[in-house]
Amino acid sequence: MRSLVIFFKNNKALSGFIILLIFVIIAIFAPFISPYSPTSKSFLPLQPPSRAHLLGTDATGQDIFSQVIWGTRLSLSVGMLTGAITTLIAISIGLISGYFGGAVDNILMLITNAILVIPGLPLMIVIASYFPIRGTSVIILVISLTGWAWGARVLRSQVLSLKEREFVLSSKMLGESPFHIIFVDILPNMLGIIFANFFGATVSAVLSEAGLEFLGLGDVNAISWGTILFWAQNNMALYLGAWQWIFIPGLCISLLGVSFALMNFGVDEIVNPKLRSRG
Amino acid sequence: MQYVFKRALLLIFTIWIALTINFLLPRAMPGNPAQVMIAKYRGRIRPEAIEALEIAFGVDSDRTVFQQYIDYLKRMVTGDFGISVTFYPANVSEVLSQSIFWTIGLLGVTTIISFLLGIRLGIWSGWRRDSPLSTTTIFIALFLNSTPYFWVALIAVYVFGLQLGWFPLSGAYASGVTGWRFIGSVLYHAILPALTIIITATGGWILTMRNNMLSVLQEDYISFAKAKGLPEKVIISEYAARNAILPSFTGFAMALGFIVGGSLITETVFNYPGVGYMLYQSVLNIDYPLMQALFLFIMITVLVANFIADLTYSLLDPRIRTGGGV
Repeated sequence: MRSLVIFFKNNKALSGFIILLIFVIIAIFAPFISPYSPTSKSFLPLQPPSRAHLLGTDATGQDIFSQVIWGTRLSLSVGMLTGAITTLIAISIGLISGYFGGAVDNILMLITNAILVIPGLPLMIVIASYFPIRGTSVIILVISLTGWAWGARVLRSQVLSLKEREFVLSSKMLGESPFHIIFVDILPNMLGIIFANFFGATVSAVLSEAGLEFLGLGDVNAISWGTILFWAQNNMALYLGAWQWIFIPGLCISLLGVSFALMNFGVDEIVNPKLRSRG
Repeated sequence: MQYVFKRALLLIFTIWIALTINFLLPRAMPGNPAQVMIAKYRGRIRPEAIEALEIAFGVDSDRTVFQQYIDYLKRMVTGDFGISVTFYPANVSEVLSQSIFWTIGLLGVTTIISFLLGIRLGIWSGWRRDSPLSTTTIFIALFLNSTPYFWVALIAVYVFGLQLGWFPLSGAYASGVTGWRFIGSVLYHAILPALTIIITATGGWILTMRNNMLSVLQEDYISFAKAKGLPEKVIISEYAARNAILPSFTGFAMALGFIVGGSLITETVFNYPGVGYMLYQSVLNIDYPLMQALFLFIMITVLVANFIADLTYSLLDPRIRTGGGV
């Protein structure tokens, strides 16, 4: 409870949380907020923004505003789910590696360091293009499988330092099982850094998702911000002067990223007192 | 020296991992993806070429995976990447060597500029942490760091290319020019893609450098330097920034990964004929030999860049060289 209070007292974390909350509300109430069905093609194509169509219509006569509203659902859920899976992998690797040490640690860290230096997006593009199917689940899988390395390294070094603290050592003396020590003694003390990791992983998940979808490697028939941009680019939106078709979905991606980055920043300031402002 | 040796070993190891990933990926996928490619191109390219593809991807082969792997390693080491089905009858190596030039030029220059720019701005905003201008910079950096490169690229195309008409919209050079005019045209075409990458990439460097500065500024030796009455400039450059810059090198691998990924998509927006654009073409056309070679090239470039960053790090931080501390 106390850590939540500290979290919300931090200006950056609070503003990030508010932006996220707005997107969550938009996602949940999408059917009530969006004026039309996002898949209805019953309008005149390529209309400029007007009162009837706040963001105009696209090349096939769909209402762009409704698409952006509905797109929030997929973009937000894929981003957060991927961030969560990535963090879970990072926690598992980091805990096992840091706690058990020795050969296990050496092998895991060798793999981690190798994955860390392989550039993520090209790897994702290649894996996604080998896959026999295109789809949202492939995107989630590909991003989580390639994005955990940095987190694993950070969490491992945290485990290494916690492992030597008195309360962990005394647990060991008392003969507690490794399971108990890891989940009761060590893990709760890493919550701050785990959340920071989740926020950071979600930022890159949101960006990677958008990039893959923009390249057409996602499910191009699903409605998300990335696929809206894919269709906009394929229909030469900019050459047709439909700048809002590109500008608004991209801005949404950035703002969602910013919201998690702000929370990440906030947690960093809480965990590391040196970063706190002196005001 | 031992450090350099260790790093070199790690480099060789990771290059081997990269080679192996490249070999295993198509074979580990459900339903052999190479079969789809071969079915698509059968009849469109010469039978010998189809046969070469079948051998390269282990389709209908009676050879064991291990034999295929050895053959594959031999071909990679000798630079024999096969033919590109997209640019048939061109070799993959030809396509690769033409696109490498553009990407190395664009990516190399922009990475260095954004690194230096980000470091400077980070130092400054860490030192003046409470000034409104510094806070604004941090928010802009935060925004840029969460922004897709391709979106910035699209906006740049719209504003500076289409609306203002200052810069060309796509390509890397104007056709039919030679000599100095060609070089001028190359630079002119590179401005928008370069600006896109620099603007977006600088955000991340600013954020890490600022945080490093804030940590270092809390150290006792900074207070001591202030108490001694040293000039601000000396404290910043000789005391604070020198130490604050070190962690930027340890995070270099991940940061570079993001920049590479971002600039590859940026190339597709500008139809800039580099590695990223070709990778996209190879994905669109299910051209696996080309895709494999490009991916391998990207990985090795990043690995070597990281190796160089590690060596620079060891030059800057004597603790690394001697093996003590960190």
